[in-house]
Amino acid sequence: MTMLKTLAPYEFKSRDAVENYQGRQLLYVNWERHRMFSRPFVLAMKPETPFSAVLEEMAACFSYHPDWQHIDWDKAIWQNGNTPFTPDRNKSLKDNGIGHKDLIRFRTPGLDGIAGTGY
Amino acid sequence: MSNAFIAFQKNDESRCIVEAILEDNPNAMVDDQPSMVKIDVPNRLVIKRETVEEKIGRSFDLQELQLHLITISGHLDETDDEFTLSWNS
Amino acid sequence: MDMKVAKKLGLKERYALMTRDLAWDTTYQKMEDVFPQTTYEGIKIHDWDKWEDPFRLTMDAYWKYQSEKERKLYAILDGFNQNNGHLSVTDARYINVLKLFLGSTPPLELMAARGFSMMGRQMNGAGPRVACQMQAVDEYRHFQTQIHSISNYNKYYNGMDEFAHQQSRMWYLSDGKSFFDDAITAGPFEFMVAIGFAFEYVLTNILFVPFISGAAYNGDMAAMTVGFSAQSDEARHMTLGLECIKFMLEQDPDNLPIVQRWIDKWTWRGTRKLASVGMMMDYMLPKRIMSFKEAWEMYVEENGGALFKDLARYGITIPKCFSQTIEEKEHVSHQSWIGFYMKPQATPFHTWIPTPDEMDWLSEKYPNTFDQYYRPVLEFFDAQEKAGNRFDNKTAPMNCQVCVSTMKFNEPGDPMEMCFRESIYQGEKFHTCSDHCKEIFDNEPEKYVQTFISSHQVLQGNCEPDGVDVNAPDFKPGQDMLGYWKLDKRALGDFNGSEDQKNFAAWREQATKN
Repeated sequence: MTMLKTLAPYEFKSRDAVENYQGRQLLYVNWERHRMFSRPFVLAMKPETPFSAVLEEMAACFSYHPDWQHIDWDKAIWQNGNTPFTPDRNKSLKDNGIGHKDLIRFRTPGLDGIAGTGY
Repeated sequence: MSNAFIAFQKNDESRCIVEAILEDNPNAMVDDQPSMVKIDVPNRLVIKRETVEEKIGRSFDLQELQLHLITISGHLDETDDEFTLSWNS
Repeated sequence: MDMKVAKKLGLKERYALMTRDLAWDTTYQKMEDVFPQTTYEGIKIHDWDKWEDPFRLTMDAYWKYQSEKERKLYAILDGFNQNNGHLSVTDARYINVLKLFLGSTPPLELMAARGFSMMGRQMNGAGPRVACQMQAVDEYRHFQTQIHSISNYNKYYNGMDEFAHQQSRMWYLSDGKSFFDDAITAGPFEFMVAIGFAFEYVLTNILFVPFISGAAYNGDMAAMTVGFSAQSDEARHMTLGLECIKFMLEQDPDNLPIVQRWIDKWTWRGTRKLASVGMMMDYMLPKRIMSFKEAWEMYVEENGGALFKDLARYGITIPKCFSQTIEEKEHVSHQSWIGFYMKPQATPFHTWIPTPDEMDWLSEKYPNTFDQYYRPVLEFFDAQEKAGNRFDNKTAPMNCQVCVSTMKFNEPGDPMEMCFRESIYQGEKFHTCSDHCKEIFDNEPEKYVQTFISSHQVLQGNCEPDGVDVNAPDFKPGQDMLGYWKLDKRALGDFNGSEDQKNFAAWREQATKN
């Protein structure tokens, strides 16, 4: 229950409601245990965009890390938020069950960053 | 027991104020840092106008402390004669 | 010895006559109509006259001492500037900490001035009204003196001139802006806990005491005099914040749970705000007096701990976040520096990798974390930069919905894992950086759904320089962020190879030889 107290009616829209993105939706991507990138990055994409487009954005950012070239893609573990899922690169975000402001967490077992530090 | 503390910018007047504090608070601990000085006293720190006047060689209004203060810790009580910082616990 | 003239009145009598005696209760209008803001938050006050400023500072004495402070400050600033003082700082990297400090702090001082002007109007009692008005004038003074001290550096170094434009636009300035916006849009008592208590009493000691002492240690008399002059007012501000807490708790037992929730909330929001101060102390001061961790122990753990122990007699408990802040003191400065280092094209100040002996200092100060988690990646960055492949993360950040920090903090207890929390409100997901920010969101979601997150605003097409046609068919948002931010290109990139670095070396050479 809200604890907000006000002197007058208080109703404001979410500043990041999906209708503010001209047909696109927000998606966050994090490579776990590779904190060199400091924080997840954000994309705005149409729900019909194939997941492969996310993979391209990941490569553009994450390939700076020496672990990137050692990824065994068959062993990668994916989560949408805290829920495990297996993305299909040829299917759309929507068909992969990815909605507005979802956070994709990408794990690469055995690769724990520079000198195993998580960075 | 918690420490009450006060810190001053280092200058000629605060040097006299610190001397007065050390005289009136036997448990005072001085922490000398670049351009500032911090004094901790367990539980209660008092600055007495009379002692400051003696060190500084002129009459002194305790509100002049405002000019040199950097920070304080503890509940404050200020009168014409004493500036006190203390913890109740 | 001089003849002493006996004062006509003692301090206590003078204070009573010059504050409470000059106030009156309204009769043509009801008091509750004149002061409508002080009841709706649920705080119950029975006797406003119980509030007394322990400094017993009256307005006439206030002007006298403040004008003396100003005279001292400007004498030092003039002396520093007339002697080319900027060339006597330790090395040119130091200038970058000023760009960050003086680029982010003055607008917040101005917000504090606005907030305390509002408090000076809204509070029913004469004691708090006078103290709040003094604080409003103080904050305005800090705003002005900080800008004056920028102006001399701005003649020589890049990236300082657009701080006012950048305040509501730059990604990394959002956390401070959000902090003050949250406080000023709350009711007057919450504002007093937010700024007067949590920020002034528990947290500003870190920014204005060890950091400013560090500025002096690095030869910067201008920042030192501005910082300490401001801090001389802070002792009064801290006292006002603490008095407000005690006043609320003494007036009615029903106030306790409300005050406790505000203390919990604002201690955490302030902690998040200070993450960047950590890196200023540990990474950006070429000569260091103490680590951020040591400063946190001295001013927050010991001093804040003493305070909370003292307030226990009213039923106040240590803020829920306190143990997490103690764990994080080992990490936040390093995590912040990595977050800034990787964005060389998105800040008006330079970043760099610490020298080997600076890394050794960090190892010594952070024996539990630096070598284990942070040194290897910094050495990797260093090697890459030397090989011509300097790190530049071009992506846009994910931010916390409450504190608006980038989501860069670790899961408590596991420094290798990121911390993410999530809430659903009216069908939409909202992400937070910690349990404490999540709780703040969940308590008042109506407020935080409005948070301005700059990377999202870019993607909505709301961050374009003047003249861009957002309705053009080929419009793509965020193509000219430098233009939108008004970032001076000379201020971008690594410190190594920067114009500031070259100029400083050349000017120092001129200053020491014929």
